[in-house]
Amino acid sequence: MILKVENLVTKFHTKEGVVNAVNGVDFELEKGEVVALVGESGSGKSVTSLSIMGLIPKPPGEIASGKILFNGEDLLNKTTREMQDIRGNEISMIFQEPMTSLNPVFTIGKQISESLIRHRNMKKKEAMIKTIEMLEAVGIPSPNERIKQYPHQLSGGMRQRIMIAIALICEPNLLIADEPTTALDVTIQAQILELMMKLKKDFKTSILLITHDLGVVAEVADKVVVMYCGRVVETGTVNELFENPLHPYTYGLIESIPKIDSEVDRLFMIEGNVPNPLNMPSGCPFESRCNRKLSICSKKLPEINVVDGRKIRCHLYNEEVK
Amino acid sequence: MKKLLEVKNLKMHFLVNESFLGKNKKYVKAVDGLDFYIKKGETLGLVGESGCGKSTTGKMLANLLVPSNGEILFQDRDIANLSRREKRKLATDIQIIFQDPYASLNPRMTVENIVSEPLKINNIVPKDQIEKEVLRLLDCVGIPSFYRNRYPHEFSGGQRQRIGIARALALRPKLIVCDEPVSALDVSIQAQVLNLLKDLQEEFNLTYLFIAHGLNVVKHISDRVGVMYLGKIVELADKKDLYQEPLHPYSQALLSAIPIPDPNKAQKRILLEGDVPSPINPPSGCSFHTRCRFATEKCKNTSPELKEIKSNHFVACHKY
Amino acid sequence: MENIVEEINNETEEKYFDKPISPLKEIWYSLSKNKLAMAGLIIIILLILIALFGDFIMPYDPCVGELSESLQKPSSTHWLGTDEQGRDVLSRILDGTKISLRVGITAVAIALSVGLTLGSFAGYYGGKIDMLIMRFMDIILAFPSMLLAIALMSTLGKGIDKAIIAISIVTIPHYARIVRGSILSVKESEYVQAARVIGNNDLAIIFKHILPNVLAPIIVRATLGISIAILDTAALGFLGLGVQPPYAEWGTMLGSGRAYFFNANHLVLFPGLAITITVLAFNLLGDGLRDALDPKLQK
Repeated sequence: MILKVENLVTKFHTKEGVVNAVNGVDFELEKGEVVALVGESGSGKSVTSLSIMGLIPKPPGEIASGKILFNGEDLLNKTTREMQDIRGNEISMIFQEPMTSLNPVFTIGKQISESLIRHRNMKKKEAMIKTIEMLEAVGIPSPNERIKQYPHQLSGGMRQRIMIAIALICEPNLLIADEPTTALDVTIQAQILELMMKLKKDFKTSILLITHDLGVVAEVADKVVVMYCGRVVETGTVNELFENPLHPYTYGLIESIPKIDSEVDRLFMIEGNVPNPLNMPSGCPFESRCNRKLSICSKKLPEINVVDGRKIRCHLYNEEVK
Repeated sequence: MKKLLEVKNLKMHFLVNESFLGKNKKYVKAVDGLDFYIKKGETLGLVGESGCGKSTTGKMLANLLVPSNGEILFQDRDIANLSRREKRKLATDIQIIFQDPYASLNPRMTVENIVSEPLKINNIVPKDQIEKEVLRLLDCVGIPSFYRNRYPHEFSGGQRQRIGIARALALRPKLIVCDEPVSALDVSIQAQVLNLLKDLQEEFNLTYLFIAHGLNVVKHISDRVGVMYLGKIVELADKKDLYQEPLHPYSQALLSAIPIPDPNKAQKRILLEGDVPSPINPPSGCSFHTRCRFATEKCKNTSPELKEIKSNHFVACHKY
Repeated sequence: MENIVEEINNETEEKYFDKPISPLKEIWYSLSKNKLAMAGLIIIILLILIALFGDFIMPYDPCVGELSESLQKPSSTHWLGTDEQGRDVLSRILDGTKISLRVGITAVAIALSVGLTLGSFAGYYGGKIDMLIMRFMDIILAFPSMLLAIALMSTLGKGIDKAIIAISIVTIPHYARIVRGSILSVKESEYVQAARVIGNNDLAIIFKHILPNVLAPIIVRATLGISIAILDTAALGFLGLGVQPPYAEWGTMLGSGRAYFFNANHLVLFPGLAITITVLAFNLLGDGLRDALDPKLQK
């Protein structure tokens, strides 16, 4: 098991109060797997990934409790220096906006080889050779010329490939991809997804994919973890989740996507809005929007139950309630 | 059904580089010769990726941009080159809903002010009726009346979008340009807003130009769909025809690229090579030939016309 | 339609919001937490009160003095001493408050109105109008402001009203620039486009939609501008332009007091202190406003 997150709680101290962006999250990632962390805004999925990378600004953020076990070691106990050694090296991350994630004043070649020089102590020449190999691997044509170019000279799809190249150059054990294709056009997204799958096979990287796009999840993920308001509400393999969504939220999410291959008059929709994180209701945070709620749902937060090897946080699956 | 709006050879060329002596002017050919019409009561979907010109088209129809060329016939009257004052009168005919719910509402105005402003400017209802009309509009879009004194920052994205819709409805327009109205919203909210738009269309007999980059979203709400690439329409057909049998190679690739939320449905993907070319320097001939797997010599030299290949199914491609 | 209202009628939504806070109250709330800014504000309020009611609390006539009592050091009869003509320094300082505030605020008000109009049109319409207006502003800015003010005074003549005009002309370009920049940054926002589509004419768009949203930097600059204008007035007075004796203006007092620096330095000290405290008060308030208005904009 390459990554195990246990009971992670990450808070933010804002002037209006304390927000528990991540409110007790547990999940695991096995070697070579692609696990998708799915949720909408306010679910806490991005904050989870930043917590794993140690990129939460320490005020106003605070990792209040929990463990992040990477290859058995708790990342939360590492010093800043140790985390710097791990980032880009053993754990890499790619972000949503390739333009703002790349430094506009450095060439592509410099940005990719930087990781190698720092983490592997390579000489510049050797690092450049590896860089060119990597550019070929991510499908950038004429890599010899590209290494001298700057980010603004490339298109969005190419920049995202560069980001992937930077992330994978040190052959990390874990790649965290935070909405890697959301900002891209559909046809470019298709290219990037194919690339990620090919690289997963070639480099055997484990991937933690953070997204709200269920289509991407269906295509790329092995396992899925669904988050709502800072907590895990459902897990399962990708087949289990789509064939048999247990949590009413998951069911609603899947059903409300307009499908290309079916025709409905009115889309299924989840009513209401995500609750204000400063004013979380007692009981289950999904209760007000749920079409299958029970009377206990507004009073008590459901615990995690295990159903057929899948975790589900819902009173409907709580034996005691029944 | 008669044509509510017709567009002929519509072009929008933005001047990029004005060299010192006026030579070597470079233009971004954002929209490069569009022909289409929208019938009263229908929804025409306009789909394409970034840079195809769909948003620019929407803005020209809503009179936010003056076309470089071509005609926009609204109820048989050319509205492309009107004076400023005449354009303002069009406010009661054509309205627009914007993409970004966080930028499309004035942060200093209350909801009531935002929705009542168009009523006041255009004298839609007498002064003493304004408050009542605002409440009616908010009710139409599902915003409870006790929120009318709140400011935009107090609402979620989906709610802000509803307020924007109420503002557009206030003028009782005949045509509403929907410029990617759900792209910036969470999935679970998208469905709410799409259903709302459909219900409103039925209730008020509205006509929509629905602009989006997601073919699945457009499918749900449109009657006919046009696919755009680099400023031109490459295919235009009834919804069923386009989705069942896309003819243009680009439409085919676009459709196959959408990830399907079903792990069992194998994705037979048509991958396009390379990136979208720059609209400043579009390729010669058919602008898609650089990425087309069927490209021939003819495609490099001549630009194909939009022709009716099947009943009501138009394609601009030399294959046909 | 009832379906949708029912579906969304939701208790959680009601709990989502507290009572609505208007933007002004929020600004006041942030500002009141800043102690230095509050100190500045209190001093300014005191100064305004002095300017309004000073006539009633002055112990002596500020313009008339007994030569026999000239150049007295501060004492129990004259708290801040007397000047070379026997006039009570305290009364003159109090009287000077009126003039300084009047010039400072009026000059900024004029410069702001003119600058706002010019900057708005330049920013909104762009093109040739922008070029014309801004090049004209650049011409004014090319001169060192004090020199230009002096040159203007020499053509306009001396006196308090001429000083106001000279100072405002010199500062108009600063406001025009800020306003133009602010308008450019907001002009293409979607809510401005929306305002256009619903039928607003250009003036309405500029003054109802754009300007209220870009007021923050303008307000901050104007507050600091008052302190600059007061300093400029004092400088002109010091040089013998602007306000003329026997009127009590702090700068003029500094100018005439210069000659007595070594034997009667209270003639320089107290006007100097008055200028410093006033300018400091406006600066503190201006900085406080900048901080109070900024995070709100980040929301």
